[in-house]
Amino acid sequence: MHFLPPGHDLIASFVSALLNISGVLIVFLTLFAAMSVLERKILGRMQNRYGPNRVGPFGLLQPVADGIKMLIKEDIVPARADKVVHFLAPIIIAAVAMLTLGIIPYGRNMTPLSIDGGILFFFAIGSTTELAVFMAGWGSNNKFSMLGAMRAIAQMVSYELPLIITTLPVVMIVGSLSPDQIVAAQSKYWFVFTPWGLAAFLLFFTSGLVESNRTPFDVPEGESEIVAGHMTEYSGFKYATFFLAEYFGMFAISGLAVTLFLGGWHAPLSILRFVPSYIWFFGKLSILLFVFVWARGTLPRTRVDQVMNFAWKFMLPMAFTCVVSAAVWHYAGRGFFAWIWSLVIIAGVYMTLSILLDTKKKFAPRVYRFAE
Amino acid sequence: MINIAFFIIAALTLGSALAAATNPKLMHAALSFAIAFVGVSTLFFWLGAEFVGLVQIFVYIGAVAVLIVFTILLTRREGEQLRGFNWSGVVVALAVFAGLVWSILKSPSMSILPPEVSPLTVKRIGEVLMSDYVWPLMGVGVLLTVALLGALILAMEDKRE
Repeated sequence: MHFLPPGHDLIASFVSALLNISGVLIVFLTLFAAMSVLERKILGRMQNRYGPNRVGPFGLLQPVADGIKMLIKEDIVPARADKVVHFLAPIIIAAVAMLTLGIIPYGRNMTPLSIDGGILFFFAIGSTTELAVFMAGWGSNNKFSMLGAMRAIAQMVSYELPLIITTLPVVMIVGSLSPDQIVAAQSKYWFVFTPWGLAAFLLFFTSGLVESNRTPFDVPEGESEIVAGHMTEYSGFKYATFFLAEYFGMFAISGLAVTLFLGGWHAPLSILRFVPSYIWFFGKLSILLFVFVWARGTLPRTRVDQVMNFAWKFMLPMAFTCVVSAAVWHYAGRGFFAWIWSLVIIAGVYMTLSILLDTKKKFAPRVYRFAE
Repeated sequence: MINIAFFIIAALTLGSALAAATNPKLMHAALSFAIAFVGVSTLFFWLGAEFVGLVQIFVYIGAVAVLIVFTILLTRREGEQLRGFNWSGVVVALAVFAGLVWSILKSPSMSILPPEVSPLTVKRIGEVLMSDYVWPLMGVGVLLTVALLGALILAMEDKRE
């Protein structure tokens, strides 16, 4: 640092911040472009059609064409819309999604923003999305937008609870909120290989699907009911920004799932340590992203009341069970018997819940309260 | 440098709080209020209280601001017209401000140098919550449970048949 002029601390921190930010942005914007074309390709394969195959070899240049199209499209703002709020909503959503990417350890010593309360930072910043979605819905001054925003916020608030509570067992066992230490604690075994870890991972991933408004939980933008939800009145590049934010949110949630349960950047076997750590991280991340696409290609959309009932009657009790099970696992010595006890607790609660929630009316028509 | 940061944060917080108090459009006022919350949390970050700053964002923007916004949305839209300027409000605000300034200036903490505190880690917060402050924590837990049950009873479907 001796070649820098006086006051170089400031310059050094500024340059380092800039390097971190540009690294994250370049990697994830590329991943976004790749993901958008690969998702359509995989969906095409699942639905027995080709998918995009006109632009470039195998349609791989499709994102470039999409980007140009979105950029030169006319940006339509409704006359009665609240101009400022309507303009700010996509910016806030995208900024929030990018910020949450900052705390994830992408490899050995590769955390862009290494703070003590990293996990808390993720959820604190992530909770701002609700306000931004509301701004999009309200600012558009359109009833479909408003209904979509209400649905989105209802399901995000409901599923934020299991999402946060399923991270608690990991935080409890590691004793830290810092993602780096959580990854370091998984050098011997990944948390997904414990009963509480597996249950918490599945619950976390399901809640992540809801939080990023992906099929089968994309009720807020159900085309057949409310056009495109809170994005109805957005066109051109603002719509693309929403799209970008959705994908970035998906990357962030998958990245956090990898960090919390799948061992972060650790190699699965110690013999494979010669492969760089970031390759393991992005390998695990791509598997989770493939599951996102897979779920979209195979599952039908759930109904609003089903989504909410599932959150409060099943996800939340199971999330609390994970916390108890992890505590039992810890106090029983983390050995083989601890493993069995932990499994017994989770299986017991799961069976009880499935008996209690079985309403015996499997394919009954929905009963409407206010409409006929 | 530090003073510049403080003045930027203070200007942002006070400006958005003022906008929240004076904006005739209720929804804009609520959103400015959210910006004021961001300003306060930035102040916590600037003071090195990272945990408090994050909780401030989490609770006040993720929950309180959304609650305010929903309350405005779900109640009637008659608050849009301008009402007359209320001088009694100014008097109350000035009295509260004067009281706060007086008590801060009178308190001994202004003259005592702050002791060297180790950075507040999450682990220490957890330990203190589970030892010294376990009863307040339990009290808050019971209160929140009661509030949750109350909300459930309000929202429960009444079966009349």
